[in-house]
Amino acid sequence: MSPGVLETAAAVRGRKVKAAESVAEAIGQIRRVDPQLHAVSQVREDEARRAADDLDRRIARGEDPGPLAGVAFTAKDNICTRWGTTTAGSKILESYRAPYDATVVERLARAGAICVAKTNMDEFGMGSSTENSATVGPTRNPWRTTHVPGGSSGGAAALAAATRGMIHLGSDTGGSIRQPAACCGVTGIKPSYGRVSRYGLLAFASSLDQIGVLEADARECAAALSAMAGKDPMDSTSADVPVPDYVAGLEKGARGLRLGVPKEYFPEGVDPEVEARVREGIDVLRRLGVDVREVSLPHTRHANPTYVLISAAEASSNLARYDGVHYGYRSSEAGSVLEVYARSRAEAFGPEVKRRIMVGTFVLSAGYYDAFYNKACKVRKLIRRDFEAAFREVDAVVSPTSPVTAFPIGDKIDDPLKLYAVDVLTVPANLATVPGVSFPCGFTRAGLPVGMQLYGRPFEDGTILRLAHAFQEATDHHRKAPPVRA
Amino acid sequence: MAKAKLDPTEGTPFEAVIGLEVHAQLKTRTKMFCGCENRYGAEPNTLTCPVCLGHPGSLPAINRRAVEYAVRVGLACGCEIARFTKFDRKNYYYPDLPKNYQISQYDMPLCGGGAIDVYVGEAKRRIGLTRIHLEEDAGKNIHAEGRPESWVDLNRAGVPLLEIVSKPDLGTPEEAGAYLRMLRQILLYLDVSDCNMEEGSLRCDVNVSIRPRGTSALETRTEIKNLNSFTFVENALAHEIRRQIKVRSSGGTVEQQTLLYDPARDETRVMRGKEEAHDYRYFPEPDLAPLSFTEEWVEGLRRSLPELPAARYERLQNALGLSAYHADVLVRDRGMADFFEECVALYPKPQAVANWVVNAVREEANIRQVSARETGVSPSRLVDLVRAIDEGKVSNQKARDVFKALLGNERPVADVIRALGLEQISDDAFLRDAVSAVIQEHPGPAEDVRKGKKNSVNFLVGQVMRRTKGQANPGMVAKLIGEVLGAS
Ligand SMILES: [Zn+2]
Repeated sequence: MSPGVLETAAAVRGRKVKAAESVAEAIGQIRRVDPQLHAVSQVREDEARRAADDLDRRIARGEDPGPLAGVAFTAKDNICTRWGTTTAGSKILESYRAPYDATVVERLARAGAICVAKTNMDEFGMGSSTENSATVGPTRNPWRTTHVPGGSSGGAAALAAATRGMIHLGSDTGGSIRQPAACCGVTGIKPSYGRVSRYGLLAFASSLDQIGVLEADARECAAALSAMAGKDPMDSTSADVPVPDYVAGLEKGARGLRLGVPKEYFPEGVDPEVEARVREGIDVLRRLGVDVREVSLPHTRHANPTYVLISAAEASSNLARYDGVHYGYRSSEAGSVLEVYARSRAEAFGPEVKRRIMVGTFVLSAGYYDAFYNKACKVRKLIRRDFEAAFREVDAVVSPTSPVTAFPIGDKIDDPLKLYAVDVLTVPANLATVPGVSFPCGFTRAGLPVGMQLYGRPFEDGTILRLAHAFQEATDHHRKAPPVRA
Repeated sequence: MAKAKLDPTEGTPFEAVIGLEVHAQLKTRTKMFCGCENRYGAEPNTLTCPVCLGHPGSLPAINRRAVEYAVRVGLACGCEIARFTKFDRKNYYYPDLPKNYQISQYDMPLCGGGAIDVYVGEAKRRIGLTRIHLEEDAGKNIHAEGRPESWVDLNRAGVPLLEIVSKPDLGTPEEAGAYLRMLRQILLYLDVSDCNMEEGSLRCDVNVSIRPRGTSALETRTEIKNLNSFTFVENALAHEIRRQIKVRSSGGTVEQQTLLYDPARDETRVMRGKEEAHDYRYFPEPDLAPLSFTEEWVEGLRRSLPELPAARYERLQNALGLSAYHADVLVRDRGMADFFEECVALYPKPQAVANWVVNAVREEANIRQVSARETGVSPSRLVDLVRAIDEGKVSNQKARDVFKALLGNERPVADVIRALGLEQISDDAFLRDAVSAVIQEHPGPAEDVRKGKKNSVNFLVGQVMRRTKGQANPGMVAKLIGEVLGAS
């Protein structure tokens, strides 16, 4: 079995393994599993090898290659890289080449990590199944290839489950890291809003989007987050809050931390097997000395509609730039500027994207703004206050990540409301700008992984990673390998 | 400050109600939301980056200097400066707007209220402001004659733009022109904009309606866009007011429309009607955190404001005793007024100095299209010249030649006068000799002077001047003739 992220970095830094070998190993793993998973949109072969050779030369000269030296990483296809294309899973950007690297890509590279692939996703992050990809088609779940990997960071989640030793960048607007992490039995963190720069992330909903990672365990998440987090002058919404060493922070353990169990997060509609595994997981934490108590987040039931309105409103504006004029797909049928707009967008956006653009355009329209968008913003404040109140009592809040486990491909794709319901337990983190981590807490009888989610205070990402790490020290759900495994 | 023009409502039962929306590009080093250079006239699309090109994933970051400039303008106009403000997105599709939304300000502008004092003829009018806000400029679409395709130049995209919205306090095209000129002067005094209408760094849209004289309701208005000179603004307004009067007088109603003015034909045409009005779907820009300012920061900017044109106009008249004309001419050009004040500091005879600055220096500056300082006469040398005149060392008439000879070199004024042979002779003994000689040569006129004929004095002075090649001090000569001939 391939070594993990920290072991790889240690080996490359200690000159036991060359970066070139590590990168070749990573690409080899991807090549082995991708024919079954359809998880990547592109693999970066020659350039990645050249970057690795460069790093090896620097190591040979005695330079510090960075804390993640020689670690391969993948970027979700909505994160800009100078190499290859950046499509966000959309036909409208199918040949778009970004003229710059996203800040996270730059930071990981500066830490010595090397980008080896772009991963598949739901178009513009809109979906919870990675079936809405116009470039690669549906990604498959390594636990059962007839099932979805969750979404929208489904490609990253599938790879995180089926390979070892890489960092997988995802993005999360309403659960797009945590829900696929749960579906694929991996650990995924959506950091606090403002913790990681969004510069270079193709915006879906700017006030909700956050870049994070999907990994084998909390320790790898911590290592990646330490390299990625921090203020970026290119992103005004990134926060000037000191970045701790998240890996070192894990060692503080879980004892004495207070964990809130909100009754609103175990609603009807949560699969009984999911609830059972999560409650067992809470018991594990209790046995580790965590002080578990009940809390209430009374506005939870309004979170999903609030999320739908706000994310659609922002998306309708964020996606306006894809018009066929300056870059990306342009309809060959268009005879005027207006037709360039209308036809290019009609031909190249998928149905889910169009649906949300229309909803968003509607809720921002004169006469409807107050009833919808404005009201949603007010409810968002109430949801945030719920969390503020809860976090005066406890250090973290626990819930299932998703009410359901991975579902068969095609099962919900025709029913948007059914699909939106999958997000119900993850969207509050984005609305409240708090960090959220999902990690495996067991399996259903059918052998599909179940994810458990922890929410923490804004910029206390370290606390939920500590809890997840303590859990993983005491359990081995996260070590189980899926049938499709490199 | 301007001479009275025809009021198009004169002789009609209507009065006009005019409001102006002025867009001024701020002359910050870099653009509003990215690090690209803010400069006019570069090769198309060379001053661009992923942010101002609206590339996927790029994000705006606020240029604090632009905010500072905007607040300075607000303070200069007596606005209320918001202590908390935010940016909003104005959504509309246009090829020169790469994101298809403009980052602007909607319900919480940077500055609210305030007013600008303008001078129309002898009257001073206070024109209220609704708001001043910051936004980003769009690029420029380029349509080539006879070609099916168009181009877009995005060098201008993202340039900081100040929108200054007046209240509908203006009643005539002339007032609108005076308001624009004063606003332009304020922006130039604050050194925040080039205000070059030809280059588009100052642009103006107008709103105009008419109503029965003496009523106060606001009636349906039209908006005229694309006015790129003050004269066009005045002409377009006069034209549109006359058109609305005609419509109303013949029983029709004015429709809410957006019009484009064609200066070549002096006519407007309809750009869009009411039903085509945009719904911009404003909402708060989620990529930018709201801004808040401390009292201290705002007060610091307030203290650093220069004297503004209206105050200077008053001071030049009241404290320095200049005529309204001289004060106006000087204040219009900050560099000229500064030059003048430097001169006065060296030689406190304001009116004499003003004559020279307003006539000689300004003429030279206008001819060569340069600033006062760039004419090549420093304040100290100009003052030396004025002093030489006052001390009788050179005549007022000859001084103009001296002035010309001062340009483009550093020679002292006294040397130049000497070198040109224009030194005025004020030596008493020398002049007495010349006067005696002339009286001997012209006994007839001398006799006339004795009898009190004033014209003959002038004749004799002229003869002395001829004899001295024009260098005699004419005032002294006249006095001496009077003395010698015993006339008073
Ligand atoms: Zn730029």
